[in-house]
Amino acid sequence: MSIKGRAFIAGAYEHPLRLIEIQSVAAIHAECAKGALKDAGLTLKDVDGYFCASDAPGGALSMVDYLGLNVRHIDSTETGGSSYIVHISHAAQAIAAGKCNVALITMGGRPRAEGKSGVKPKKVTPNIPEVPFEQPYAPTAVNEYAMVAKLHMHKYGTTSEQLAWVKVAASYHAQYNPNARLKDVVTVGDVLTSPMISDPLHLLDCCVVSDGGGAIVVVNPEIAKKLDRPLIQISGAGESPQGPMGGKMDMTYTAAVHSGKAAFKEAGLTPDDIKYASIYDSFTITVIMQLEDLGFCEKGEGGKFVAEGNLISGKGKLPVNTDGGGLSNNHPTSRGGITKLIEAVRQLRGEAHPEVQVEDCDVALVNGIGGGLGSRHCSATLIMERV
Amino acid sequence: MMATLYQERKMAIPEMHPEHQDYWDAAAEGRLLIKYCKSCEQYHYYPRNICIFCMSDETVWKEATGTGIIYTFSIMRRAKPAPYAIAYVELDEGPKMMTNIVDCDLDSLEIGQKVKLVFKQTGDADNLGPYVPCFTPV
Repeated sequence: MSIKGRAFIAGAYEHPLRLIEIQSVAAIHAECAKGALKDAGLTLKDVDGYFCASDAPGGALSMVDYLGLNVRHIDSTETGGSSYIVHISHAAQAIAAGKCNVALITMGGRPRAEGKSGVKPKKVTPNIPEVPFEQPYAPTAVNEYAMVAKLHMHKYGTTSEQLAWVKVAASYHAQYNPNARLKDVVTVGDVLTSPMISDPLHLLDCCVVSDGGGAIVVVNPEIAKKLDRPLIQISGAGESPQGPMGGKMDMTYTAAVHSGKAAFKEAGLTPDDIKYASIYDSFTITVIMQLEDLGFCEKGEGGKFVAEGNLISGKGKLPVNTDGGGLSNNHPTSRGGITKLIEAVRQLRGEAHPEVQVEDCDVALVNGIGGGLGSRHCSATLIMERV
Repeated sequence: MMATLYQERKMAIPEMHPEHQDYWDAAAEGRLLIKYCKSCEQYHYYPRNICIFCMSDETVWKEATGTGIIYTFSIMRRAKPAPYAIAYVELDEGPKMMTNIVDCDLDSLEIGQKVKLVFKQTGDADNLGPYVPCFTPV
């Protein structure tokens, strides 16, 4: 069974704030749920499927009750920041199987208001099998991705200047996003002279820390056609977790190799068909590796590809993260998958900012890398078409 | 570039799981035990009872030679109180393991560099934990 054409994205909403001192985490989820349903032209009563990840306080049971939902399908798949991209695929599968007709996905959090950051050692819960053999060495989000960047540079000759181009493109787009956390356009030089966090990653190679949230509504084809919104079809999806594999890992590639292949196959499309891509930008290196592993350029050529300005809308071959991405706009509660989906929906609807809107954008790809690329991560790929 | 000399830092005390007692006992004696599967004849790390490659339960502890090469690493510059080097070391037996590189100028490290085992004790004077395997340049 394929999900192609079996489900449509009808609603999307991104919380406008990047520092949220006036709402609880649950209240952020509720505001986003309301925003996405309103965008779709639906109400709370229409929802019969609910999807959330570990940012949802109390999990699906607390949130279903808090939001006042009456659902017959729930899914709390947790793959870090890529969770919501996985949720879209799972929602499409559930809709195709008749398990629900209107699926609501919510996310949100407030790490800034709560004083959290990405350079502190990860918090761990008991009984996780790898933790006794990793936690003493103080892995963090930044130094794990930094090890991956270091290896990519060593093997392929990727440079800090090339990494910086990912941030340059993100900042170029963010200047047009009034809600962006960072609106200043930066240069390669700005990135290279920003403080070194964990080498080779500078401060400006790292995504922002932001409060925020978002929600998406996925519906069956009959409902989608009755709504007064552009038809955004889900055409293909793939998900692939990858870890150190007992010590046999090759950290020069991501699991996007697998998730991308599956998504393109299901959609019946190739990288050449993609007009716009949302590519998870937890760090600059993350984007370069996904571009290679999804087939937008040859393996090892990602640095060169981005340094040619290819990610910049209106200038390059593949406009990426036209909202400013996680590097400049928003990385709500360190889980950026939802904002990647939302900007792709804007592009397909023609609702992106005019300065970054891709002309005739009818096919878009979203890719997320959740978890730690230097340990365990999950790549999720989604291909959508305006039909 | 100025040197970034390794400084002792408080390492988190690992949670102890029952099937790893031999591992921690050996670590206290300065020996690294890794799991070897008698069925598929492969080493793996971190240790499991059941082989990650073939699901055989015929896994046994073997003492690692204690040398390997740096597969990749990064120096966490923003750490308090001092920078530290996280790394994956590829053991001579094959598996790659997360570790720290210690007792050296961290700025001198390179991918592919040969390293050897050295053990550091987790915790601090008030709450001492087990020793864990780290590496230092040969």
